[in-house]
Amino acid sequence: MWDKKVITSEKALSNKIIIPLVMLPFWFLLYFELEKITDLIVYGILDFDDEKLMTNAIHFFVYEVPKVMMLLVLIVFVVGIVRTYFSPEKTRKILGGKSLIVGNISAGLLGIVTPFCSCSAIPLFIGFVQAGVPLGVTFSFLIAAPMINEVALVLLLGLFGWEIALIYISTGLVIAISSGFVIGKLKLEKFVEGWVYELQQTQIESEETKLSLSNRFDMGFEAVKEIVGKVWIYIVLGIAVGAAIHGYVPENFMAGLMGAEAWWSVPLSVLLGIPMYSNAAGVIPIVQALLEKGASLGTVLAFMMSVIGLSLPETIILRKVLKMPLIFSFVAVVAVGIILVGYIFNFFF
Amino acid sequence: MTVKILGTGCKKCKTLESKVRELVDQNNLNVNVEKVTDIKDMLKYGIMSTPALVIDEKVKSVGVIPNDNQIIEWIKGERI
Repeated sequence: MWDKKVITSEKALSNKIIIPLVMLPFWFLLYFELEKITDLIVYGILDFDDEKLMTNAIHFFVYEVPKVMMLLVLIVFVVGIVRTYFSPEKTRKILGGKSLIVGNISAGLLGIVTPFCSCSAIPLFIGFVQAGVPLGVTFSFLIAAPMINEVALVLLLGLFGWEIALIYISTGLVIAISSGFVIGKLKLEKFVEGWVYELQQTQIESEETKLSLSNRFDMGFEAVKEIVGKVWIYIVLGIAVGAAIHGYVPENFMAGLMGAEAWWSVPLSVLLGIPMYSNAAGVIPIVQALLEKGASLGTVLAFMMSVIGLSLPETIILRKVLKMPLIFSFVAVVAVGIILVGYIFNFFF
Repeated sequence: MTVKILGTGCKKCKTLESKVRELVDQNNLNVNVEKVTDIKDMLKYGIMSTPALVIDEKVKSVGVIPNDNQIIEWIKGERI
């Protein structure tokens, strides 16, 4: 049924590969000089007074937008290339015979690198279940894949720094692994719609897709075009709101509302975050500005994870294959995980 | 000959469908273009991501939008 896909290119080392490599040093040069360039533009050329609130906000915007966009292009490009080495079919093969814990860990890690779109959640779910991947392991994948994605990584890295980006990735991974493990232990298989198991077993031996390096670079460019084209407007708007908060909202304004002392702030953030999925790119810059105004790290982290990881549209899509008790267990287990992460960080940091 | 596009309502799926229709018209290829949206029908082909392009019941691409020349080549290739 599957055709052998052999895409060859005449020149292995074409311009497609050389041009990005030549541009890389210039990228770094520009990236690390960006703050000086911004200072020059805002204080030098535009001659803003560096005491005024508006100057603060404008400096923030003029600096953050190109910085985040540069990071976005580079990271989406690199991730796009890395993803060409993975596919749902290969991931399924790897996860097939794995035991529960090892399976959950592998599923979480593979969830980060396997190309995934929430619109394909159903065929992927069925494909996994039919191939004998345990339900809990499948969920570890379905939780990690959207939660740890390149756009979130870029925004965290650009706006919060690498420490918080790393904390986000590792706690996200822990949540995906342990939630999947819990779901596996709860023995919820009976709440998968019956027709999933009744479907004819389709055993396909897919041929290894042979891609040249220049094909892979092409796919990296495609990823940049697609993802940057989709999210840039949210990022610019988000940073604009963030800049306004940065300039005009007084220090410690958020402490009462999203501070560590307000115990209810963590569960409330998680609840608020669930319906906000589509605007994750715009929400993160706003949240970053709030963190500066006294919101606590745990609350902010819980809010982001809920916005990015628990998405209403994906849950609705999954309803086609899962009965309500399983949907609820899935949302509840992940929400509890996120809330725990929020409290742990509020308590220790 | 039938060219099927398997896909739910996602944006990429719609893009691929209109692209294939356009290419078929432009190149006067005498083929039926069909969109398959029913999940159960889609799964018969064993795909795990959408959109998928199926030409004469053979899965040609999964999860990506192939480039124009590739699509034309596939359609012409299957006819011979």
